[in-house]
Amino acid sequence: MIKILKSFSRRILNAIFGKKDSIKLGFYGPPNAGKTSLANRICKDWTGEEIGQVSKVPHETRHVQFKEKVEIKHKGKELIFKITDTPGIATKIDYEDFLKFGIKKKDAKKRAKEATQGIIESIQWLDDMEAVVVVLDAAENPYSQVNLTIIGNLIARKIPVLIVANKIDLKGADIKKFEATFPDYEVIGISAKEGTNMEEFYEALFRLAKKV
Amino acid sequence: MANLYKKYSDVKLGKLKELSLHVMPFSDIQELSIAERVKKILKLVLDNKIVLLQGRLRPEEEARLIEDTMALVDHVKNFQGIELAVVEPNLRSQSLFTKAKYGFAKMLVGDSNALTIIGPASLIREIKKDPSKIDLFFRK
Repeated sequence: MIKILKSFSRRILNAIFGKKDSIKLGFYGPPNAGKTSLANRICKDWTGEEIGQVSKVPHETRHVQFKEKVEIKHKGKELIFKITDTPGIATKIDYEDFLKFGIKKKDAKKRAKEATQGIIESIQWLDDMEAVVVVLDAAENPYSQVNLTIIGNLIARKIPVLIVANKIDLKGADIKKFEATFPDYEVIGISAKEGTNMEEFYEALFRLAKKV
Repeated sequence: MANLYKKYSDVKLGKLKELSLHVMPFSDIQELSIAERVKKILKLVLDNKIVLLQGRLRPEEEARLIEDTMALVDHVKNFQGIELAVVEPNLRSQSLFTKAKYGFAKMLVGDSNALTIIGPASLIREIKKDPSKIDLFFRK
């Protein structure tokens, strides 16, 4: 109730003074879907700086990372976002999976330990988000329980959601599968790495921001 | 948590000779708090059981299950986490009457038309599912 009143009074004040708050925008999804790649592209486009490191090894992002005041201009409109990039959410972590990437056992164990903490951190930050971009790998099965759990939690918290099927440049990427799995949501296919469909993404992001 | 730790450490995962399925009616957890529900499920998973829960957990309970699982992965030797899947009837193509019937039943007794499968990741390598079918792939 207090949250609704706060949001209502903020909108009234913004309408009167024409002042825009920054929107807390979270990037959520399973590991290695390209959350940081997308957040990096946005931050690089609009602030000149990236938000974090990317890697082929899963769980590269093991702590929540932020970029304050990212001003995005699109078709004459301007919005300010506080971008929160989160560690990928998973139900299992096995350090042996990291060994395949040539990581030493000791470092793999450390990475696994940090990854478990990162997942807990991601979940705990959910309540702080005003809008969320769920980033999924377009070449993977969209109907995984982790994806459904993330989206279910956002719905339960009444947080507006935009689903991004990333890596559409990959062989095996199938946007239609994603649209069929999430028929009630807007699904945008992009390649954060190649910068494909970013205009369409920004268009959808501004529509998402209207729901906040 | 300490008891669970001890118990799990004693299990030799590579020498598993039998598979234990634990069927859990929703009434078993209906009166429990979120923390108690999750604890009850994880206790069985740590005992190398695959839990078949009649019904499904709420999204916030699933999130709590993942959080507590990760805390255990961090503290319990050999525990790698869980595999989790929920199957439920696809109501999208059903008539309004059928949807209302399911909605009413859900209100009264919880989502008893769904089935939740939760098992240790050390046993189940992957659960593949589409809305009406589930495949469990076990580790060798």
